[in-house]
This record gives sequence, C-alpha cells and structure tokens, in this order.
Amino acid sequence: MNVILDYDVGNLDSVKRGFERVGIKSVISKDPIIIQAATALILPGVGAFNEAMKSLRQSGLIPYIFEHIKQNKPLLGICLGMQLLYEASEENGYTEGLGLLKGTIKPLNIRLKVPHMGWNQLIFQKPDHTLLKYIQEHDYVYFVHAYYAATNLDDVIAYADYETKIPAIVAKGPIYATQFHPEKSAAVGLKILQAFKEVIS
Amino acid sequence: MLARRIIPCLDVRDGRVVKGQRFQAIKDVEDPAKLGKIYSEEGADELVFYDITASSEQREISLEFIEKVAATLQIPFCVGGGIKTIQDFGRILRKGADKVSINSAAILNPQLIKQAAEVYGSQCVVLSIDVKQDPDQSYRVYLNGGRQKTDLEAIAWAKKGVALGAGELVINSMDQDGMKNGYDIALLKQITDVVNVPVIASGGAGKLSHFKDVIQKANVDGILAASVFHYGEIKINDLKDYLSKQDITMRI
Repeated sequence: MNVILDYDVGNLDSVKRGFERVGIKSVISKDPIIIQAATALILPGVGAFNEAMKSLRQSGLIPYIFEHIKQNKPLLGICLGMQLLYEASEENGYTEGLGLLKGTIKPLNIRLKVPHMGWNQLIFQKPDHTLLKYIQEHDYVYFVHAYYAATNLDDVIAYADYETKIPAIVAKGPIYATQFHPEKSAAVGLKILQAFKEVIS
Repeated sequence: MLARRIIPCLDVRDGRVVKGQRFQAIKDVEDPAKLGKIYSEEGADELVFYDITASSEQREISLEFIEKVAATLQIPFCVGGGIKTIQDFGRILRKGADKVSINSAAILNPQLIKQAAEVYGSQCVVLSIDVKQDPDQSYRVYLNGGRQKTDLEAIAWAKKGVALGAGELVINSMDQDGMKNGYDIALLKQITDVVNVPVIASGGAGKLSHFKDVIQKANVDGILAASVFHYGEIKINDLKDYLSKQDITMRI
C-alpha cells in the first residue's frame, strides 16, 4: 500500500487522487502501524518549511520515515515535501530538515518574479532515468515555490530553468522527489506518477 | 521559460455555471467540474471560478462545487467571490482550491491579505482589483463588483497589496470589460513595472491579437477571459497555437 503521510498540512485529497488515477492504491494516514506496512511513502507539504518541519516532528512520524528508508523502500517527496528531505532551510531563519538528501533550501534570489509560479519546462539531467520514461524533455509541469534546493546536480534527474537551475526531479537510492506538483500538472504529471508506479512495483 | 498562462473565468451561481451560448448543446454543462474539464482538455492552464451567489447562506451551499472540481481537474484553480474572512480562505482551500481571490474585503480590511498570506502562504492569496479611469486619467479602484468608487489609486493599491502579501494580482479594467477592444495596456504596464509578483490581465479580450499585445506590451504573466471562451469566439488551443507562433512561451 502507498501511504501518504498525514501530518496536518492541508488538503491531501488531490495528491491521493493523482496516485489513484494511475492505479496506485493509496491511503492518507498518520497511523504508525499502517506506515510501517507501507510499500511506498509519500511526503507531501505546503506552506513554510519551519512550520511544516514542526508539524512533522510533532506528528512523531520521523522515526518511521527513517526506518522506511533504511529498509530501502521507496519514498516520494512532493513540493515542500521534497524540501524537507534536505539538510536545512533558510526560510524564516534556519531550520534543520530530515537530512536524507545533501543540500540546503535557499531563497530564489533572482531578478525574475518570485514565487516561481506557473508552468515551466523540465530539462533532463539524466535522460535515461525511469521516472522520465513516459515524458519528453521540455514538457511542462506546474510549480509554485519561492525557495529551492541549492545542491549539486548529482541527484538531479531533471531541472527547470528559471534564471537559475531549479532541481525539479531528484532521486537518490530509494528516495525520489519533485519540486513541482505532479497531481496538478495535467497529463505530464500523471505520466510521471505512472513511471513512479513502476518504480514501486 | 515559464509559460504565459491562459485562464478562463467561470461565473458560478448556486453551484452552477452561468453558461455561454457555445455550450447550449452540451447536457449538464452547468456543472462546474464538467465545464472545467472541457476547458482543461482544450489547454487552459488554470481556471477561475467566481461565485456570484447573492446571499452568504446560499453561498455556503454553492461552494460545495469546489470539492467536485478538485476531484475532476488536474490543473490549478482559484475561487473568488464574496470572500470576507480568514475562515472563508480556510474553508475554500480545505475543499481543494489552490488559490483564493479577494477584492472588496481586502479594500475594507487590508490586513486580511497579510493574515491570509501568513497562515496559508502568499502563493494562494490573489488580489483582484477592479479599475476604472477617472476623467482626469487617474486609475481608481472600485468595490462591490464595480458599483462603488473608492479613494484608492490603482497602482498604489496594487503595490500595497503585494507589500501586504498578495502573491498574484488580477487587474480587471472596467472601462474595457465587455468592449472587446483589447486589454488596458497602459494600466497593466504601469502595474507590471512596479510589482514583482505575477500580474493577470482581465477585461477587453475580443480577438487573438489582443492577447498578443497585452503580453508583449504590458508583460503580463497570464490572461483571464470569459465571454470569448464561453461563446466560442476563441478556442483556447487555437489561441495558444497563435501566441506560440508569435514567439510567446505557451504550454502546448
């Protein structure tokens, strides 16, 4: 079972529906027993990093996330959920993250408009990666964020060009993440989730 | 490159879309989810549902359409109309909308913008501004659906709204609305020159070149239109093909 982690961060129904549309049976849960039995975990997230990290700590779910990764089972972070996987964030001060990926979340200090909001193209860094198998380079996905993962490109599968290179899809071992919202990215988003289905089955 | 967005706006009353004549033949097209899906499949990048239900009690029932829209669409959508409090924001976002647009309530209580941005994030706070030009050429802000003039000057109000936390502006030109003579480029350019958030143009679309002009001359990030889409005068995919050929970045 695919388990979407519920730690009180808004509406998760659209995330759940995204997975179900491609045939990944999913539940939204904060129950450790269900989470421990998960074949894959989804870490969603909206809002500010520090608030989300606080909610995640209070939920008591962090040890189960680490245990899941230790067993080499897949995890997918979405949007702020991706950012939480990194070592720390500079949003509203300095907050430590889960540290599962190397890098820091930094503000977009660019001349272009912030937040980076709207449809942008994916530029492939690792064109042969499984998650990209059903989409084309330059396909559009929906972004909405003001901070980004400042990291080297080692773990980056695809990025978006917005004055700077914004890591858009990352993968390292059993960990996968997207800065954009696949569940809001029309057909392209579903194709990425379709590929994720193959990763987890 | 970030694509410029094409955004159809649908009026909803008592949970049903006030439909245009293009859709007369389609059964049950007053269903916001069904019509939203048609637009999404034609290439709409985002949708705005504007609730025009008269009383606030009825609106509570009317807004039940949001859940169905969220269950059907895989593109972002915004809900506006009659939002007064931070609780209204919460209710609408919990039903699955991605953004909430406010207009009169923000004029009467500018702190609502700040409060909403702090609680839910700037990205979901859209400030919609109704603007009409005075005889002395200054741009004035109107409230209550354009029925009541305020002391606010439009460009100053746009700047203030962004400073308070609005993550996007929708600028409705009342002078151009329904005229089909093109968008108010002078007004929009003054606003895009001074704010660093996305600006969406509204009011005045009549033909394809109007969309091109407002993007190229006023540098707006998105374009909102209602009647040209509802009456089938312009199809979204044709519009996007046309703009794309003019070297404007479109999600095709």
